[in-house]
Amino acid sequence: MIQHEYQAKAVVTGYDKKIILNGIDVTIPSNKISVIIGANACGKSTLLKTFARLMKASSGDIVLDQKKISSIPSKQLAKVLGLLPQTPIVPEGIKVADLVMRGRFPHQTAFKGMTKKDFDAVEEALQIMGITELADRHVDELSGGQRQRVWIAMALAQQTDILLLDEPTTYLDITHQVEILDLLTDLNRKRGTTIVMVLHDINLSARYADYMFALKNGNLVSEGAPEEVITEELIKNVFDLACTVIKDPISGTPFIVPKGRHHVEKAV
Amino acid sequence: MITKEHSFLREGYSKRRRRMVIVTMGLLLLTLILSITMLLYGNTRYSVDTVVHVLLGKDIKGATFAIGSVRLPRMLIGLLVGMAFGMAGNTFQTILRNPLASPDIIGVTSGASVAAVYCILMLKLSGNIVSIVSLVAGIAVAILIYLLSGRGSFSGGRLILVGIGMQAMLSSVISFLLLRANQYDVAGAMRWLSGSLNGAQMKNVPRLVYVVLGIGSILLILTRHLHILELGEEYAIALGLNTNQTRVILIVCSVFLVAFATAVTGPIAFVAFLAGPIAKKLIGAGNPSVIAAALVGASLVLGADLIGQFAFSTRFPVGVITGIVGAPYLIILLISMNKRGVA
Repeated sequence: MIQHEYQAKAVVTGYDKKIILNGIDVTIPSNKISVIIGANACGKSTLLKTFARLMKASSGDIVLDQKKISSIPSKQLAKVLGLLPQTPIVPEGIKVADLVMRGRFPHQTAFKGMTKKDFDAVEEALQIMGITELADRHVDELSGGQRQRVWIAMALAQQTDILLLDEPTTYLDITHQVEILDLLTDLNRKRGTTIVMVLHDINLSARYADYMFALKNGNLVSEGAPEEVITEELIKNVFDLACTVIKDPISGTPFIVPKGRHHVEKAV
Repeated sequence: MITKEHSFLREGYSKRRRRMVIVTMGLLLLTLILSITMLLYGNTRYSVDTVVHVLLGKDIKGATFAIGSVRLPRMLIGLLVGMAFGMAGNTFQTILRNPLASPDIIGVTSGASVAAVYCILMLKLSGNIVSIVSLVAGIAVAILIYLLSGRGSFSGGRLILVGIGMQAMLSSVISFLLLRANQYDVAGAMRWLSGSLNGAQMKNVPRLVYVVLGIGSILLILTRHLHILELGEEYAIALGLNTNQTRVILIVCSVFLVAFATAVTGPIAFVAFLAGPIAKKLIGAGNPSVIAAALVGASLVLGADLIGQFAFSTRFPVGVITGIVGAPYLIILLISMNKRGVA
C-alpha cells in the first residue's frame, strides 16, 4: 500500500476577486476515506477542485509528496491523482466499455492501442463496480445509479492511489447512495485508495468517513474523526441548524436529528 | 473467471474496431470509385484504358488535355478539399459537442471567404497569398467568436449563437464587396462563392496535398486527446490533458484546413457540416472518426460534383448540390435539437 503525503498549505483560492478559500491548511490522511462537509457556498467544492488542480491557488500550495502539484507534469500527476467531477459529460452515443477505457488516457501514448495492462485495468474497474455485463450498453440508456457506477469505474481504470469525488451521490436515490458509498469503501479497504469526497448528507458522511473536514466561509472550522467533528455546537456553527446528536443505531457513528420550528415534541 | 470476462471485453473492443476498419475500407472504395468516375466521364467518355495510358504519361490526342488538364485537377482538388472540410467540420463538432458547431455554420468559413473575396476582387491576388490571408481571417473570426461568447467557454450554445450571428454579418460583408467590385469579376466571384470545382488547376494541388496530409496526421495523432476533451473541461484536466493547448492546436489545425480549401474552391456548402455526423453514424460513436470524416467529405464533394455536372441539362457548381442536400438536414437537426431541448 503506497502512502502519499497530500496537503494544502495556506491555500487561498478565488475568482473575480472574490475569495472563496481563506488560507486553508489541510492534510489528507493517507489510505483513508475523508469527507468534506459544509453549507452551500462554503468552499468545499472549491477546496476539492484546488486539490485536483482544476483551480489555481492564488497563494499557498497544494503539495503532493513534498512537490508542488503545479510543478508536476499534468499527465504524470493523473497517474496518482484522479477526480470524478460533479457533472462529467457523456459523449453522445458512447458505449460503457469505450468510456471506461478513456480513463486509461494518462497511461497511454499517442501511437499505441490498448495494451494488455489497459484491458486488465478496465476489466478490473468494471468488476469492482459490478457493471461487467453493462460493458456493451450505451451510456445514454443507463439509469442514474448505473451511470454513476460507470463514471467511478472510469476513475478506477485510471488506477490512481488518490481519488477525489465531488458529490458522487447527489442525483441518486437513497438506495444507490448507500450502494455507491459501500463500493467506495470496498475500494478503500481492498486497494488502500485514499478517497476524498464532498458529501451533502451529514449522517452518511459520519458513517462512511474515517476523517472529516468541516468548512465555513472558506475556513476550516473542525477536523478529525466523525465522533470528534459532529457535535451539536459544530452543526449550529457550520450549518446554523439546531439539532441533537444521537448514535447511529447501525454503525454507532454520530447521527444528527435536526430541530425545526415545527413537530418538536419535547425540549431535548 | 477474469480471463473469460477479459476476453469478452477484448472481443467487444475488437468487434467495434473491426466495424470501423470495414466501414473505412468501404468509404475508401467509394471515394476511389467516384474519383475514377470523375476521370472517365465528361464531354467525351473515355475508356479505362485510355485514362490509364494518359495517367502514365502517354500522349493521346484530345484525351491528354481533357483528362490531364481538366478532369484530373478537378478530381484531385475535389478529393482534397472534401477531405479538408470533412476533417475540419468533424473536429469542430467534436470539440464543441454540437453538430451545429461546424465552421461553415458558425462563420469561420465565411471569415475565410471574406478575406479570399477581398484578395481576389479588390487586390487581384491569387495563389498562396490568398490562402494565407484566408487562414489569418479564419483564425481571427474564431478568436472573435471565442471572445464574444464569454471568456473561458469555447463550448456550449452561446458560442454557436454568436457564430451564427457572425456568419450573417460576414455574409453581408461579402455582398458589400460584390457590389463594390468590377462587374466583370462578379460572375466569377459568385461562382467561386457558391463553391465550384470549375476553376480547378493543377498548380493548386501540391499546396492542398501538404495541408491535408500534414494537418490530417496531426489530427490523427490527437484523436485520443480529442476524445478526452469531449468529457468536459474538468474531467479532461483530471486525466492530465492540457485542455487549453489541445483546443488551440485542434482549432488552428481545423481553420488551416478550412482556409486553404476555401481559398481554392470557395466554401462548398455544408460539406464540413455533414461529413462528421455521417462518419460517426457509420463507424459508431466512440471510435476515432478523423479518417472516416475525411473520406465522407471527399465522397460528398465528388459525388455532388458528378451530379452537378451530369444529372441535369444545366451544369451546376458542386456547392449548389451539397447545399440542396445539406439544408434539409440542417432543418431536421434544428427541429430534433429543439425537441430534446439542446442548444
